[in-house]
Amino acid sequence: MAEPRVVVVGAGPAGMRACAALVEAGLRPVLVDEAARPGGRIYQQPPEGAGRPARELYGLEAAKATRIHALAPALAGRVDHRAETLAWNCFEDALDLLGPEGPSRLAFDALVLATGATDLALPFPGWTLPGAYALGGAQIALKTQGCAIGRRVAFLGAGPLLPLVACQYMEAGVDVAAVLDATPFLAKLRGLPRMLFAPATLAKGMLYVARLRRAGVPMFFDVRRPRAEGDGRVERLRFEAGGVEREVACDAIGASFGLRSETQLADLAGCRFEFDPRTRQHVPARDAAGRSSRRHVYVAGDGAGIGGADAAELAGERAALALLEDLGLSFDANRAAWLEGRLARLDVFRRGLEAAYPFPAHMVRDLDDATMLCRCEGIATGALREAATARGAIELNRAKAFTRVGMGRCQGRMCGRAAAEVLAVARGAELASAGRLRAQPPVKPIPMLPELLS
Amino acid sequence: MSAPVFDVAIIGGGTAGCAAALALRQRGMSVVLLEKGACGAMASGTNFGGVRRQGRDFREMPLATRSRAIWDRLPAIVGEDCEFRATGHIKLARDEAEMAELERYAREARDHGLELSVVGGNAVRALYPWLGPKVVGASLCADDGQANPRLVAPAFARAARAAGADIREFAKVEGARWTGSAFEVEAGPASAHARRLVNVAGLWGGEVAAWFGEGVPIRPLCPNMVVTEPLPYFIDRSIGVCGGNVYARQVERGNVIFGGGRGWGDAQAGLSRPRAEVARDAMARALEILPQLRDARIIRTWTGFDGEMPDDIPVIGPSLTTPGLVHAFGFSGHGFQLGPAMGEIVAELVADGRTPSPVEPFSIGRFASAPPAPRLT
Ligand SMILES: Cc1cc2nc3c(=O)[nH]c(=O)nc-3n(C[C@H](O)[C@H](O)[C@H](O)COP(=O)(O)OP(=O)(O)OC[C@H]3O[C@@H](n4cnc5c(N)ncnc54)[C@H](O)[C@@H]3O)c2cc1C
Repeated sequence: MAEPRVVVVGAGPAGMRACAALVEAGLRPVLVDEAARPGGRIYQQPPEGAGRPARELYGLEAAKATRIHALAPALAGRVDHRAETLAWNCFEDALDLLGPEGPSRLAFDALVLATGATDLALPFPGWTLPGAYALGGAQIALKTQGCAIGRRVAFLGAGPLLPLVACQYMEAGVDVAAVLDATPFLAKLRGLPRMLFAPATLAKGMLYVARLRRAGVPMFFDVRRPRAEGDGRVERLRFEAGGVEREVACDAIGASFGLRSETQLADLAGCRFEFDPRTRQHVPARDAAGRSSRRHVYVAGDGAGIGGADAAELAGERAALALLEDLGLSFDANRAAWLEGRLARLDVFRRGLEAAYPFPAHMVRDLDDATMLCRCEGIATGALREAATARGAIELNRAKAFTRVGMGRCQGRMCGRAAAEVLAVARGAELASAGRLRAQPPVKPIPMLPELLS
Repeated sequence: MSAPVFDVAIIGGGTAGCAAALALRQRGMSVVLLEKGACGAMASGTNFGGVRRQGRDFREMPLATRSRAIWDRLPAIVGEDCEFRATGHIKLARDEAEMAELERYAREARDHGLELSVVGGNAVRALYPWLGPKVVGASLCADDGQANPRLVAPAFARAARAAGADIREFAKVEGARWTGSAFEVEAGPASAHARRLVNVAGLWGGEVAAWFGEGVPIRPLCPNMVVTEPLPYFIDRSIGVCGGNVYARQVERGNVIFGGGRGWGDAQAGLSRPRAEVARDAMARALEILPQLRDARIIRTWTGFDGEMPDDIPVIGPSLTTPGLVHAFGFSGHGFQLGPAMGEIVAELVADGRTPSPVEPFSIGRFASAPPAPRLT
């Protein structure tokens, strides 16, 4: 039998570990990623030669980042790494790619989708002003380019990355104006017992907070009604905390209200989806090993539901073992069982984290009709609410058809989750019933350049 | 207690079905419409949005002309703007043979009441400086136009509902039969009885006809569609070409929509997908006629299902086996423009048993020897 063509999409922790396990089994997988160098978002590397030490770039995660990066040379020659290559479609057991050499089609016998996540953006007045960034964008600017998004930066949102990025900025010499957590402090205590299942991670999280405190960075919890204001760009952030109206002066904001999985390729591959109430999103249905509903399509890491980087590494390897098993190749069953055990433990931690940072539903309830919801198409929240109620748009695709929400350049990757929340509240319906925007190729915009078409 | 018997049951909530529901209510008949998904989510909601008469089979022209008049009044009829704009439609020739074809069609069209103006050479470039050098001639139909397909059928459905029609979405009809006193339309909890039945089930119209012993050779048609990111507005006409291998229009928002070739569809599973290689061919052809698109980015591709008849014209008219049953389906890729008129024509056929529009060429009888369509769903 010819060697099976195995393709891994995503060179983050999940994809890299999947590749390593496949290589160990004697396969030569193709690894597709948009970035020039492996690492994924969390361990994203600066351009070749820009060399700042890992310690400076990744802080307490430096050792892990270095381990993942070290996989690349170790796998060199044994993995067909297609860097700077976008997988923009999946159809009939093949991916459509766009890379430095132009467009191509890549057929596969088995596919591991390790497509990661992005920030969950929730709109608030002023969130589209220049100077307002996604938290992940703020972090990547720092990691890959050594740039800060501003001189005096406020961080806003809900999630463990908030204190982490704030700390990274502070250590890079940026003035951190405030850390504004939209979830209550008490929730952190509620999450604590379960977070003890990953004591090292918990300790790191607490360390970030302690550092910020020691440096005198103002920190607020249960922050409500944030509004970015300024003349043509961010100059201040107003909000309520403890029933008191407050204001911080800043020239940039890094905001994130959690994470959302990048699931379009799984959708285009024909995987069945199910609603995950914990992360409030529809994700590809999968078994504990990462098998999707589609034969020979596997999903791992944050692209299959939010689990974090450590879980992604385990899940990537686990999915690769499942793939080997399903192809009738030899695999280490003990290792597979061990990985599943570890994943189960991390999942307890994850539940703790979810309790510590519950979804800030007030952000959706308090959202006024005039605030822009879909940035690409410039559609205000009120227009979606009107479609949901007066025009009977019972789910997202219908709302998209009526209002253009999610119909722009990002194809709803950025506004789709917020739109689901707004639609469900407007209709007084369960979030699950708002559905999800169907993926349509291309996953990201592709150029029409004639030279690419020849 | 027995369920009410409606005057009319409609199978299918596309443009034709929703417009028929409204027109029948306006005639005072009680109406139930059953749609397996959401109204206007199949061909009627996924199409290119061309509202043109130019290029049509002349047998369709009286219907298309009737429809064109309704398009102007649409906001008053359905109560909202469906983005219909009479931008005009130009059909392009890319060589001399195609130019001759444009001229021939324009001559014949005049006999059917359609005025076209054909220009060649430098005049084309003077009128449409944004057209590429491959274009040698253009035929303009000034009052053709374009509309937003995502809005039209749902707007008709809402207007019909407001007028008292019972619109049942997510209600798939599994079968229908004449019991001797009424049509029994089986759709689980949405089942209904009615004295008349309308088959406007699009691609699936052949299956409905087969329930009444009428065979039609209908096949799925999945035009492959592409849309760019928003660009500064520059294409102020809807565009087609001889042979039809590419067509394009720019919406006011700025996106350029174009199509060409066919996508993939599995009508049984209700799944359709655009094809990447077909989209690339369409991009290359679009660039030939619209070179300014060279820096554009594609943000979405898609396709949908229409029903295609072997002679490229729909089935419209009374059933030949079952009194009280009226068909209007299989619009073969150009039924969006016809939708508004189909509502009125269907209503006339149901209520009066005849219509002033000449529908004889579309009789289901032309396929008398065809075997019943296979079950698709
Ligand atoms: C991609 C594409 C591009 C096109 N471009 C153009 C264009 O530019 N201009 C133009 O004029 N035309 C165009 N067309 C054609 C046009 O869209 C169709 O001809 C027209 O919309 C058909 O309307 P309809 O109501 O007959 O069908 P549909 O809109 O398909 O409606 C039929 C409805 O019946 C429902 N149905 C079927 N079976 C059942 C059942 N058993 N129970 C309940 N419900 C059922 C379906 O769900 C569907 O909603 C295009 C079509 C496609 C697919």
